[in-house]
Amino acid sequence: MFVIEKRKTFTKVQNFFLIIIFIVLSLIMSSLIFLLRGLNPFFVLTKILTSAFGSFYGIKETITKSIPLILCGTGLVVAFRGKFWNIGAEGQLLIGAVMATWIGLFIGKNLPSYILIPLMFVFGFLGGGVVGLIPAILKVKFNINEVITTLMLNYIIENLISYLVYGPWKGKTQYGFPYTDNLPKNALLPIIKGSRIHYPTLIIGFFVALLIYFLINKTKIGYEIKVVGENPYAARYSGIDFLKVTLVIMLISGGLAGIAGVGELAGIHKHLTYPYQISSGYGYTSIIVAWLSGLNPILVLISSLFFGGILVGGDIIQTTFGFPFATINIFNGLMLFFIAASHFFINYKIKFVKVKYE
Amino acid sequence: MNENYILIYSILKRAIISGTPLLLATLGEIYTERSGVLNLGIEGLMAIGAVTSFGFTLITKNPIFGILIGILFGILLSLIHGFVSITLKGNQTISGLALTMLGIGISGFWGKAYIGKSLSERISEISIPFFEKIPFIGELIFKNDPLVFISWILTILMWFILFKTKYGIIIRSCGENPLASDSMGINVNLVRYYCVAIGGALAGMAGGYLSNVYTPMWIEGMTGGRGWIVIALTIFSLWNPLRAILGAYIFGGIYILQYILQLRYKISPNLLLMLPYIVTLIVLILSYEETVKKKIGAPKFLGEPYQKEEK
Repeated sequence: MFVIEKRKTFTKVQNFFLIIIFIVLSLIMSSLIFLLRGLNPFFVLTKILTSAFGSFYGIKETITKSIPLILCGTGLVVAFRGKFWNIGAEGQLLIGAVMATWIGLFIGKNLPSYILIPLMFVFGFLGGGVVGLIPAILKVKFNINEVITTLMLNYIIENLISYLVYGPWKGKTQYGFPYTDNLPKNALLPIIKGSRIHYPTLIIGFFVALLIYFLINKTKIGYEIKVVGENPYAARYSGIDFLKVTLVIMLISGGLAGIAGVGELAGIHKHLTYPYQISSGYGYTSIIVAWLSGLNPILVLISSLFFGGILVGGDIIQTTFGFPFATINIFNGLMLFFIAASHFFINYKIKFVKVKYE
Repeated sequence: MNENYILIYSILKRAIISGTPLLLATLGEIYTERSGVLNLGIEGLMAIGAVTSFGFTLITKNPIFGILIGILFGILLSLIHGFVSITLKGNQTISGLALTMLGIGISGFWGKAYIGKSLSERISEISIPFFEKIPFIGELIFKNDPLVFISWILTILMWFILFKTKYGIIIRSCGENPLASDSMGINVNLVRYYCVAIGGALAGMAGGYLSNVYTPMWIEGMTGGRGWIVIALTIFSLWNPLRAILGAYIFGGIYILQYILQLRYKISPNLLLMLPYIVTLIVLILSYEETVKKKIGAPKFLGEPYQKEEK
């Protein structure tokens, strides 16, 4: 029979294996659903994994999709470290895309690239950051649950974008499609030849991850974020300014998602269009990216790569097997359940004990 | 009958219909939260309720059977959240988000085959004899589909149980002071499981209402954030079933207001679609003022797993 025992120690190696077990279990459990449609789950699973990681083309796509995940995921690490449940990376990313369009297409279209592109990134950061400040203020001033407010803002921003592309920003050169006109050449990000990897954003993401690692572990504000997250009572008594810390958290968290939005717009799509085309759920996926990394910005780089592959797999099950993209949410949901329960697995172990019957 | 009369009537009538799924799911979430468990997965539960009940109504041609299946799947899925957050003492916020993702994922996969199909069998309205003859109110209140009546009965019943019976005290004490409940011999975790299941059942039923009555078809993402509005309505209701009616119908009215503003004043539908979400933010701010004034707050141990002292 099985018995549950309390663990005394839990090492980093054990933690690593625990995560691998989570991933394998989630993959197997979620692929079982393909049985319902008469497909061999292991065939589908192999197909997903080989197309994401098994070919040169697949790896290029995986890297492309990991770029927004790195930026959003790192931002969420900051928020989650401070126990601020930012579920709004999706909307914050989309606002970044709106800002990129606004600056690139209207305000600064005649500026040279080396001024225009940094300007777009700055405004993307500010756009996402300001949107992030709203739930921060509502939480500190009115004690309103940030999960709801960040989600509501996602819906509001999605509809704002639909309004823009069907209404005032609708392009004249797009044959009646709900797209804005394409950004001018000087507003587009360079890409690695033969791929869709917009490397400036990737480089920003890489350095942001290092910077946030430094911020959390080596600075005063990083220390304050951790105290607010781990022990809010102690934080109040030690004179930490809650409002300030929460605002900083969300400015960074929202701002980084905004940068990701600029990258998606100026690197991939080149025009603003339906919100669900600009972002294939990057903001939601990055929640899992952040938790899977154990809220460590350096490890976000790795977990982003993995989930970039999962998103490529989502495209494959859509194009090859005809299932909706939402199907990957089954895997994401299971993964998140395991993460929610990880507290249990870290503190307890399940042992198999042989019972002798007499 | 003049034009305004008909307009007001149809606004109120549609407000009731679009408010009903919100009311049902909010009643469930009130019980779940009163017992101390935060379930943020309502959006996923409603989606799974909508797709399963649509599918079974399509096959069996019996909407009642469809709704029951929606309830069943709502319970089954909510118990995963129960297991993770009650037995494994996991993080309830993460687990609730997981439930939403799982529900949306399964419903998207499952519903692929139903896109473009419509139901031949609908739930028909029933009317209460004599009362339906009262002008205006008769048609509005005493002639509705059975689920509207059920939602009203449930509201009163659930209010009565929560505030006037022993069971209500047990449920509330599990959320307010689980340690004391335990020392009085109450099985806190079992009570919480029951309440999570009640919440799941009603969210599943709400989903079934969406796909069987409100828009009798399956569209991916048809819950459209209603599950999150339910979480906000639970706060707005101050965890009281009677106040849930008020909130649900205000939001029901807002969904209808969109159409009227669009037709009458030619406002962009995309801007109007923001309305429920903006109103949710406003309502939450107003609820805060009220909780401070009336000194009513969330159950004290909401979101905290109950752990017996370990030796």
